[in-house]
Amino acid sequence: MTITEESQLDRLPRRHAVLRMSEVRAAELMADEGGPIGGENDQTMLINMGPSHPSTHGVLRLMLEMDGETVLRSKPVVGYLHTGMEKQAEALTYLQGPTNVTRMDYAAPLFNELVFSLATEELIGIEIPPRATWIRMLMCEMNRISSHLLFMATNGMDLGAVSMMIYGWREREQVLRFFQAVTGLRMNHNYIRPGGVAADLPDGWRDDVLYLLDMLPHRLEEYDILMTGQPIWRDRLQGVGVITADEAVALSATGPILRSTGMAWDLRRDMPYLAYPEVEFDVVVGSYGDSFDRYAIRLNEIRESMRIVRQCLERMPEGDFRAQDAKVTPPPRSRIDESMEALIHHFKIFTEGFKVPEGEVYVAVESPRGELGCYLVSDGGAQPYRMHIRGPSFVNLQTLPHMMADGLLADAVAIISSVDPILGEVDR
Amino acid sequence: MSDTGETEQAETDVEAETGAGDGAEQQEMLYGCPVTESRGQRVIHPSRDRWAEVAGELLVDGWNMCIDVTAVDYLTYSRGDGAVRRLPPGVEPQRFEVVASFMSHVRRERLRARVQVPADDPTIPSLYAIYPGSDYLEREVFDLMGIVFEGHPDLSRILMPETWQGHPLRKDYAVGAIPVQFKAPTAQ
Repeated sequence: MTITEESQLDRLPRRHAVLRMSEVRAAELMADEGGPIGGENDQTMLINMGPSHPSTHGVLRLMLEMDGETVLRSKPVVGYLHTGMEKQAEALTYLQGPTNVTRMDYAAPLFNELVFSLATEELIGIEIPPRATWIRMLMCEMNRISSHLLFMATNGMDLGAVSMMIYGWREREQVLRFFQAVTGLRMNHNYIRPGGVAADLPDGWRDDVLYLLDMLPHRLEEYDILMTGQPIWRDRLQGVGVITADEAVALSATGPILRSTGMAWDLRRDMPYLAYPEVEFDVVVGSYGDSFDRYAIRLNEIRESMRIVRQCLERMPEGDFRAQDAKVTPPPRSRIDESMEALIHHFKIFTEGFKVPEGEVYVAVESPRGELGCYLVSDGGAQPYRMHIRGPSFVNLQTLPHMMADGLLADAVAIISSVDPILGEVDR
Repeated sequence: MSDTGETEQAETDVEAETGAGDGAEQQEMLYGCPVTESRGQRVIHPSRDRWAEVAGELLVDGWNMCIDVTAVDYLTYSRGDGAVRRLPPGVEPQRFEVVASFMSHVRRERLRARVQVPADDPTIPSLYAIYPGSDYLEREVFDLMGIVFEGHPDLSRILMPETWQGHPLRKDYAVGAIPVQFKAPTAQ
């Protein structure tokens, strides 16, 4: 392996903090009362954390090499939720695809549906009516709000602000109720589909959105009082889990982790999709790359998302909520009762699916956790030949050993929390 | 593409006239690799032998982030419909294809690389030493597709259990009815 003059490996001063050890070897060492790893004079211990641990956000397991209270090396162990969703996608039609991918990042399911639908539409080459685009944007920004609210809740809980957990879940629940009114489900919506969205916005959606836009700013101010300005909160987060821009780029980190280092990179602005060029919003950027910046970025991204939602509310165009392309769009429900052809068409679309021209495409969107990509290969059939999701949580987990190195075990909890991994997306 | 990323290899290549917008009628080349377009996205097709070298050139030329590494098993491509894999002339189709996406934050561009990997020798150089962000992504490809990344510091299974046999995303791996293989990691 030739190392070029410029290798990004040189930008990772803490790369030796990545523990490279098999689980079998670790289990042997741990069975030996966490015995020393490197001989008799070695004072280090190997500690297992998770996969069932309240602070590991699902089933993340960490193997930590500790020297007293200090984390030396670590290895995230994942795969406990692996259910072969990429394999499964090869057996599902393009219309069934969103039901599969929506279960990956279960805190931000609409983004998964969006990226899969955008990739499929790119392969077919169909245009989406403006109303569908704006509905997608509205729903995704709502989802970003609910996902970040969930982060507020879990981040608070991880750091001992337990009441914050209740507040965060409470506000998120309000957003989920809006999702339920629009899509019928609180999570795993299957709402954004190739060709548009599943249904038009229901009557009264404006009032529901306005209620949320009125309620949330006050609640966010309460969060500021409870957390942002509070000395204990700041002590727990400031300067903890620092990562530089060089390190973040070298480790392919995206989303709030990358932005916390001062790099203003947001796909919504820098490589726009949907109608993002037409709305105004700011990209929130940190300056220290620490856990506090990542917290503050997410808190303020809620505010930016609310700005976008308000613009969606004001500028929601009239028209179709899905492309009127008989190839991908099922006939309206009312037609099915009166037309045999419509019934057959409906039946064929939902059983056989529609064929997608051969080709391959990579499409990415900015999910609450970073760049969510979908690599889709079609061989001209009704199911994807290969569907790969580039999960931001999965890639972002690589930063953990670097951020936790030489920190305290208690800080490790804060750092895991600030990465905000969703293990459903990590394991897929 | 500017002059910065050209090494001697590319310059000696007769057809290696880079420049994305030249619109040459000949096979367009970039970093000494054939370039194609797929739905408006630029794709280069490096050979496996030059993969590490090309990746090094990419990094020097400002593709500062390796966004994604994945692989496709083309074993059963063209189910019935006679779909043909479209590869530029000179690129021999193989069963496996490693697909990597790169990003340039400065130019706000993406570039994808598709590398053919034969079935009888599913190995490819690892990008870890150049783009350490490919660490987990390559482990995932190794785990699910069984492609060995030479030079990777810790090429172990990441999603499946360590003791698992087989590589589930291969097309000759059955979809269902797989015997459960979970084992206790220790002999305790």
